Amino acid sequence: MILSKLKLALAGGVALSMLAVAAPASAFCGFYVAKADTDLFNESSKVAIVRDGDRTVITMANDYEGDPTEFAMVIPVPTVITKNQVHVSDVSLLDHLDAYTAPRLVEYHDSNPCAPEIMEDEIMVTARRQAPVLAMSKNMESAADLGVTIEETFTVGEYDILVLSARESSGLQTWLTTNGYKIPNGADRVLDSYIKQDMKFFVAKVNLDEKAKAGGEMLRPIAVAFESPKFMLPIRLGTVNSKGSQDLFVYALTRNGRVETTNYRTTKIPTDVNLPEFVEGDFANVYPAMFSKAIDREGGSGVVMEYAWDMNWCDPCAADPLSVAQLKELGAFWVGGSGDDMQRGRGGKGMARDVYVTRLHVRYDAESFPEDLKFQATGNRENFQARYVMQKAFDGSMECKAANRYKKEVNKRQDKEIATLANLTGWDKSDIREKIKVSGVGMKFDVDGPSGDNWWSEMWGDKDE
Amino acid sequence: MVSLIEEQGQKAQRETRGETSFFTRLKSSKLLTTLFRDPRHFQITALSTLVMMGTFYYAFGLQLWHVLACVGSTVGTQFVGDKITGRKFDARSPMISALSLTLLLRTGSIWLSLAAGIIAIGSKYAVRWRGKHIFNPANVALVILALLFDSAWVSPGQWGAAPWLAIALFGLGGIVTKKASRWDVSLAFLASYAALIFGRAVWLGDPFAIPVHQMQSGALLIFAFFMISDPKTTPNARVGRILYAALVATIGFTIQFAFYKSAGVIIALVLTAPLVPFFDYFFPASRYYWPNQTPPRVTPDLKPKGVSHDTVQA
Repeated sequence: MILSKLKLALAGGVALSMLAVAAPASAFCGFYVAKADTDLFNESSKVAIVRDGDRTVITMANDYEGDPTEFAMVIPVPTVITKNQVHVSDVSLLDHLDAYTAPRLVEYHDSNPCAPEIMEDEIMVTARRQAPVLAMSKNMESAADLGVTIEETFTVGEYDILVLSARESSGLQTWLTTNGYKIPNGADRVLDSYIKQDMKFFVAKVNLDEKAKAGGEMLRPIAVAFESPKFMLPIRLGTVNSKGSQDLFVYALTRNGRVETTNYRTTKIPTDVNLPEFVEGDFANVYPAMFSKAIDREGGSGVVMEYAWDMNWCDPCAADPLSVAQLKELGAFWVGGSGDDMQRGRGGKGMARDVYVTRLHVRYDAESFPEDLKFQATGNRENFQARYVMQKAFDGSMECKAANRYKKEVNKRQDKEIATLANLTGWDKSDIREKIKVSGVGMKFDVDGPSGDNWWSEMWGDKDE
Repeated sequence: MVSLIEEQGQKAQRETRGETSFFTRLKSSKLLTTLFRDPRHFQITALSTLVMMGTFYYAFGLQLWHVLACVGSTVGTQFVGDKITGRKFDARSPMISALSLTLLLRTGSIWLSLAAGIIAIGSKYAVRWRGKHIFNPANVALVILALLFDSAWVSPGQWGAAPWLAIALFGLGGIVTKKASRWDVSLAFLASYAALIFGRAVWLGDPFAIPVHQMQSGALLIFAFFMISDPKTTPNARVGRILYAALVATIGFTIQFAFYKSAGVIIALVLTAPLVPFFDYFFPASRYYWPNQTPPRVTPDLKPKGVSHDTVQA
């Protein structure tokens, strides 16, 4: 029975709350134990918002991998949306944006302390996080006159789309229910509130014929363009009946600068700290733990900025900046030039792309986020990134007096890194030491003898020797 | 080296002696009385505390140059203004404006920080009606800059909505506004705003968690206790003040929820400020003076009896 598998057909904030239909077998509470480039955050959604003045383009990622007949979403939107305002986008687009803005690891290598100069060279290692957006669905049946008006109905790409307006929630709820959407208890109040705020409802399901024509496994992201003074993402439908918290990634692109929430505090993830070497192989665990700890400090929910940068460059780059064509595809209508001739690569300043991207990672639940997310674009162009440094010790042979002192310094430095990691993740120091032991990297040096213990013995040597 | 140490020691002694003599001259209790007699001292203390919290707890990323530019330009403008008008220079009022700007104005440009101070204090000298300035200085500077420049903005979300902060602001703000005898404005504003917010929630069928969250907004409470409560730009009579506060709340609410501008109340205060003379006309009362100000010979219809505001309230 398909219907019974539908947990909830309502998507709150744009994609935000396209809820899981049938939870994937591997899902569990907490986080996936995954390699760096697989999904680290369970039950999360990705939304790109391009905003300039009142012009808004929202692209909702769709990582839904279940039976397409079960996919559906209902999203409150500020205006009626017509066929030309909807666009089916490229699957890789949000992945690229996600990768470009992802928290990153940087490595530095100590050089031989016995060689005259210590040079450091920087190698970028990155970890990216992606979020599965799961959704549920059901075929629609004929419209009933329950005070529900079907404002628009059309097919774009593999999606059949309806735009509804309603006079009151019970009619809308009845309509949705009779058309196969299982509405959770308590949703009627939220629907009612949106109806009174003159919101419309964007309802999408998969058109199987079109899906077959389009080919491919994945459902592609849906982009919606509209003009409205409301700069917000509706999350309330997604929190109805939802236990626990959900993760949402918002990638906001503006001309001016950072985007922040106006009705919740936007905080920054701790950044630019040195962490133990094993983190490189365990970033998929470390970062989520760090994020959770940062969120715990805010009371278990919050809006955290993970990246804010001028789209023209990056340093270090977790992925190339998006091309002009990609930015246009996302809805940055003002970006000049039609070609894709920008220069790529680390720190490369290419053709000016007047776009500033902010990545906000929101963890929310019904209790601490009673209200929808409201945003504003600010003129803040100060760049910010989540960047973690691994300073790797020299591991060649060291045959000189300075080596002993160097090794002690490294040992001391490692203790500090462990303390930092313990503080940022809430992990026990002994557990971290155990992880280091298991990983076999970043182990302490065995240092013997008092030589080089003090800076004066470095200068004048040990009198005992 | 020894001589240097000696020299510093002597200097320290001199300083200590200097301080003791100041204390002895003033007696500690008298010092405290002097310090806390003027509500502006409370206000400066409270605002400075908030600036510290913003810097260290909330990590706003307040730039030192921004703080210095705001303080420098407000105090400097006041100095020039007082020179031109022949008044005795007093740095306390511009300090309050400077701290408000530091707290509320966000900008990446030192020129805008400087401009903010000049506009704020300049408005006190330029826009007057019957010897009383019209606009709340920091408020008018904020709105003008935020409207004109993309690189100046207000961050209503920066304080979050933590209940403990709301309680702390109520306490701190309560003391400050009580001292300046303007608690009535703050409370009337909050009560009116709450009535509108809760009314909206009832109409929409929203859970009360939403209006409660909205009322806990740190930015809203800071506005209520540290901006709209300015004794110099609010109506003179209590009835006038209460009606005025309700008007600001209503317009602010409308801007926020019908025009979707998050800094609604701040804009509302600027829009309604020119109406204050009407409130003063319909509800006459004597004007507010800081404790060290001597009420001058003023227009006949507004006869102050040479009182500080506390007397007016009594």
